[in-house]
Amino acid sequence: MKALDTWERVLVALIVLVYLGFGLGIDGFFSPYALADSTYNFSEKALIALAMALLVVAGEIDLSIAATMALASLAMGLAMKAGAGLPLMLLAAVASGALCGSLNGWLVTRWKLPSIVVTIGTLSLYRGLAQVVLGDQAITGYPETLSGWGNGSVGDLIGHPGLIVPLEFAVMLVMAGAVGLFLHRTIHGRRIYAIGANPIASRFSGISVDRYRLGLFVFAGVMAALAAILLTGRIGSTRPNLAMGWELDAVTIVILGGVAIEGGRGSIVGTVLAAVLLGSFNFALGMLNVSGIVMSMIVGALLIVSMVLPRWLKLLRRPGGAALKPV
Amino acid sequence: MKTNPLSTLAQVRREWLLLAIITVIALVVGARAPVFLTWRNALDIGNDSAILAILVMGQMLVLLTRGVDLSVASNLALTGMLCALAGRAWPGIPLVVLIGMACAIGAGLGFVNGFLIMRFNLPSIVVTLGTLSLYRGAVFVSSRGAWVSDQDIHPLIKGLPRETLLGLPMLIWFAAVVVGLALYLLRWRREGRELYAYGGNPSAAVYAGIPVQRRIVMAYTLSGLLAGLSGLLWVGRYSIAFSELASGYELTVIAACVIGGVSIGGGVGTIGGAVLGVLFIGVINGALPVIQVSPFWQQAIAGAVILISVVLNASADRKRGRQILDRPLVPELRAPQGAAA
Repeated sequence: MKALDTWERVLVALIVLVYLGFGLGIDGFFSPYALADSTYNFSEKALIALAMALLVVAGEIDLSIAATMALASLAMGLAMKAGAGLPLMLLAAVASGALCGSLNGWLVTRWKLPSIVVTIGTLSLYRGLAQVVLGDQAITGYPETLSGWGNGSVGDLIGHPGLIVPLEFAVMLVMAGAVGLFLHRTIHGRRIYAIGANPIASRFSGISVDRYRLGLFVFAGVMAALAAILLTGRIGSTRPNLAMGWELDAVTIVILGGVAIEGGRGSIVGTVLAAVLLGSFNFALGMLNVSGIVMSMIVGALLIVSMVLPRWLKLLRRPGGAALKPV
Repeated sequence: MKTNPLSTLAQVRREWLLLAIITVIALVVGARAPVFLTWRNALDIGNDSAILAILVMGQMLVLLTRGVDLSVASNLALTGMLCALAGRAWPGIPLVVLIGMACAIGAGLGFVNGFLIMRFNLPSIVVTLGTLSLYRGAVFVSSRGAWVSDQDIHPLIKGLPRETLLGLPMLIWFAAVVVGLALYLLRWRREGRELYAYGGNPSAAVYAGIPVQRRIVMAYTLSGLLAGLSGLLWVGRYSIAFSELASGYELTVIAACVIGGVSIGGGVGTIGGAVLGVLFIGVINGALPVIQVSPFWQQAIAGAVILISVVLNASADRKRGRQILDRPLVPELRAPQGAAA
């Protein structure tokens, strides 16, 4: 794997540009605390984007991933209300995440359904169940430890107050490393690429395609649960609209990170860089008092430009013909 | 278009099945609450479903070509907001101009989708995901985040859905006309048949000399046009325009299509089925408050129904559905088409 391919270099350059541009323009942007703060913007989203990247590389997609977060957070809240301790609460969250993921995976593999239809359905189902249980209420009163995980830094945990790297960011980096090694350095990762490039050929060459698909959906559920635990800890409550619309953000991160939506291509480095780019960009715009909806508009524009630009350049470079090679 | 008699039979059976389910639900709910089976309630459900029906017709055209248009709700909101602003700025504006404006803006936004998808050979799901955010943000920018509330909505816009003609509300007439036109397009017009042909087998459609690119841009443009018209009607019906208008409604639109048997895999689906899908959602949403079930159940039920209906579809014909994340089937073939765009 070339860790820094052309697209990854572009992303790095853009991140540097964002930090430099806004750093010189906004007072206090370069203070270590502001930099640490800016990571909260993307750490949880990056976690689900990592799982989404694996799915998209394998030619699938999970639009229910944010709704799964809501259910996982709900399971944690219900466990707490039932008097469970922290370990049981976490278990409830992870188990419900894995359950949601396996339902997706089962529907996709057993019934040979396109994952986009299945997960639009389960998006509605999971989010709907969270609404049925919670109504317009919220669950609050989570233990301090949880809030510490969501808001604390690595320094708090190991007793070095000077180390202000947020715990969420550290978790994200560790998971990114693990997922990156899995995808780029193991045989399973190679097989995921193969499945995304050509599922039928992969099946004929002896890869148990459906088992990998199922596994990836379960993994997406577990990652959603992990993100939900951190997010719930950070905001201290469970609402039915928790992480509403994050599935689109995760897909945007993955595409911006250079993963091909048709599967078979993409890297984890790119995904993480895209998460950092979008997160820092949003944070900077937030410091400039730009409204959230305008930020998402800019993100949408970025998504389109990041896809159109490479193809357009290819068009320009080709002398005489405007013939597009489908990529 | 699948023409083998078995799958046609399955199609027909499926629509009757859906109709039977809707009837049973209506009768059961009616038995518990007789008010549900009154003409007045039927009109209410029709009124509530009319805008959905218009949007579903547009979405269906796109789904037939193996694409998806996620930006419809944002398009609706942007067009609705622009019409509301125009109505506030020029009180003398005639209704025809407003309707024309809504259709033109909507069609323009839809054309942008179709152009990007065809010209750069991009997957529709990603492009419309981008324009979903883009158009939604444009609503905020155009209104500077402010709401256009009841007293500022032009009386003509407010009056439009409330007019009645021959005892039926105008909204239902609009939906009926759009459904009729869609039926005409898909059954009797060459352009409509070509959408089925392309969705059924894209490479065969190219070999058959169908102007594939123009047809696809047409599908997205029409979807946008109908979304724009819906925007005007939506703003009139609810007498309000704001940034979050109809947010997330695109999923309901797709759900109605899927329930109605329009395949996300392209090439399969009938107008009758799609209308029944709309009716199903309308009846469920109308029934829940009547039988005193919390409206919070709506979304969960819609989700379960989508899953059940796609699983039923899959077991009806056990062929692996094509994925929406389209892989070009014949790269050599599509390349010269890119040049022609």
